[in-house]
Amino acid sequence: MTLDYAIFLISAAVAVFGATMMIMQRNPVASVLYLILSLVAQAVVYVQLGALFLGAILIVVYAGAILVLFLFVIMLLNLRSNPELSASLPPLGWFTKVAVPVLMVVELYFVVDRVIWPPVPTGIVGKNPDFGSVETVATMMFTDYMYPLQLTGVLLLVAVVGAVVIARRESAEPRKTTASPDNRNEQPIDTVAG
Amino acid sequence: MVDYVSTVNPDFSLIAPELALLIAASLVMVFIPWRRMPVLAPGIIMVGFIAAFAYALGQWGHQSSGFAGMVTCDNFGVMFKLIFIVASVLSILLIGQYMKSRGIDKPEFFVLIAISAIGMMAMANTTDLVVMFIGLEVMSLPLYVLAGFNRRSLESNEAGIKYFLMGAFATAFLLMGIAFIYGASGTTNLRQVVTDFNYIAAGRGMYLYAGVAMIMIGFGFKVGAVPFHAWIPDVYHGAPTPVTAFFSVAPKAAAVAVLLRIFLYGFADVALVTKAFWILAVLTMTIGNILALRQDNVKRMLAYSSIAHAGYILVAITVGTQEAISAAIFYVVAYTFFNLGAFAIIALLETRMGAQSEFSELAGLSKSAPWIAVLLAVFMFALSGFPPTVGFFGKFYIFRAAVESNFITLAVIGVLNSFLSVYYYLRVVKTCYFDDVTEAQKPVFVPATVGLALIITTFGTIGLGLFPQQLLDFTRQAIFAFL
Repeated sequence: MTLDYAIFLISAAVAVFGATMMIMQRNPVASVLYLILSLVAQAVVYVQLGALFLGAILIVVYAGAILVLFLFVIMLLNLRSNPELSASLPPLGWFTKVAVPVLMVVELYFVVDRVIWPPVPTGIVGKNPDFGSVETVATMMFTDYMYPLQLTGVLLLVAVVGAVVIARRESAEPRKTTASPDNRNEQPIDTVAG
Repeated sequence: MVDYVSTVNPDFSLIAPELALLIAASLVMVFIPWRRMPVLAPGIIMVGFIAAFAYALGQWGHQSSGFAGMVTCDNFGVMFKLIFIVASVLSILLIGQYMKSRGIDKPEFFVLIAISAIGMMAMANTTDLVVMFIGLEVMSLPLYVLAGFNRRSLESNEAGIKYFLMGAFATAFLLMGIAFIYGASGTTNLRQVVTDFNYIAAGRGMYLYAGVAMIMIGFGFKVGAVPFHAWIPDVYHGAPTPVTAFFSVAPKAAAVAVLLRIFLYGFADVALVTKAFWILAVLTMTIGNILALRQDNVKRMLAYSSIAHAGYILVAITVGTQEAISAAIFYVVAYTFFNLGAFAIIALLETRMGAQSEFSELAGLSKSAPWIAVLLAVFMFALSGFPPTVGFFGKFYIFRAAVESNFITLAVIGVLNSFLSVYYYLRVVKTCYFDDVTEAQKPVFVPATVGLALIITTFGTIGLGLFPQQLLDFTRQAIFAFL
């Protein structure tokens, strides 16, 4: 057993452990922390594959920015363990809890088996020394994957519009139905929400 | 220096309809703060859709691919683009009056519909699984918001949340399926997968099949095939009615387009796929129809009936011959017209105060609004498949294709199901014409836009029913150059 293999096994185990603990937790803050653990372990796998840039991005963007944002939101909302969540799960719930991780493990095994071992026997360096570098990723993104990239931009745009539509305060809606002494003095945020 | 431009071939004419819609949607978004925007927004979006329609028509007959193989422009994709545009335009025509009566006429609505249509077009216009996936997300995200658009209605909120959760679940399956296929073949382009199919299947067959199965589950959710249909009734019932009209046609057509492309072009040789689709089709038709029998709410009944109609389309996908595919496209076109027509009338009746679209509210419609009652009857006859409406020919072509390819049992089950569906569709007609009126009928006011939508759908339902051969020729051309 090489060192690479051992590192992979450990990080894969930690990733699966983190993901499992994430869905087992009743406290949302603990859930998010386990997700961060899982992501860091996944980043190790990425780095082993030679995808240094992706590994770094995973930590900086996901673990660093997005999940910390999650954490803030959860803490601001002051969500403690929800009594409804602690009620015992129906059998189907347990089935889902078990089946989905098992599928994930199968997938992980298979992706590793197919993608890592044959083309990258030593684990770290592939045939192409530039594999996974910022340049390679950027070139791929702006040539082969330019169209999906732009489409993702549309996706983010519509996500923003959707969030505005859902989250806009009620006072922005027609006054005649919602007007009450409480919100009469509020500024209509209709005009800035777009 | 590598010449990236010529290797990537960013040919913008391939995505002109999408761009036209994106520009229209962006214009509305930028000027939303402007006070007159609520009035102008539908117009701007309509112009966008008309431009998209023109561009899409211009693409008919041209066959090429660009953006490093990510965009594939062929007649099949163009056909579906036209369907999406027609469905979106008809839904937009229904919106105005309904949204005003609910106090939710916001310009964002049109932006969401337009961007959803962009996602659908992207899905139909590619052979790459990554683009299909992102297109699916661009399509679905606005739909979740649209389902929950009426924030003051608990049912609408419930619909939004349910649709979002089920959609996310389906997406997870789909993404895992794509990952499996990528792992097995090392590419996400279906063309490549097909070329290497036997080689991949020999070495990594199990993973390939697992991927195919998961993609099937993911799109099963989107089409509303039966083991994955549970979300449909609540979402369709809770969402604002013009939105339901949009849901019942456009996203389904998009999912059908992708299913046809993946499973007929991509994995046509997998025998298990045919068997799986056979079971899905039978379950979807039968359970959809049986559950529809028991509904007392017209909107819920139409939700279950849309499940049953997905079943008929799955029959065509199961058969999978050229004839069956063109029949499936024919059916999608036909279904677009008569289903949107039916929903147009339901939306119209719901603009009356306090209407919940229960069956009992239809009583006496033949007296209070005779023309509306006649049109409703026409759409119901079309939904149940009576000649000379286009509904009859849709079913006829599908079952004929099934019999020709020796799927006799499947065809028989399909025909029996159509007979079953006659009961609940004609119950609507019976209630309109023969039931005793218990309370005073409120008059029905038909706004010009809804009137236009009704004219288009009626023309589609009856006109295409009188000249089905022309449409069939058109759909045959659509798959003639199936890239």
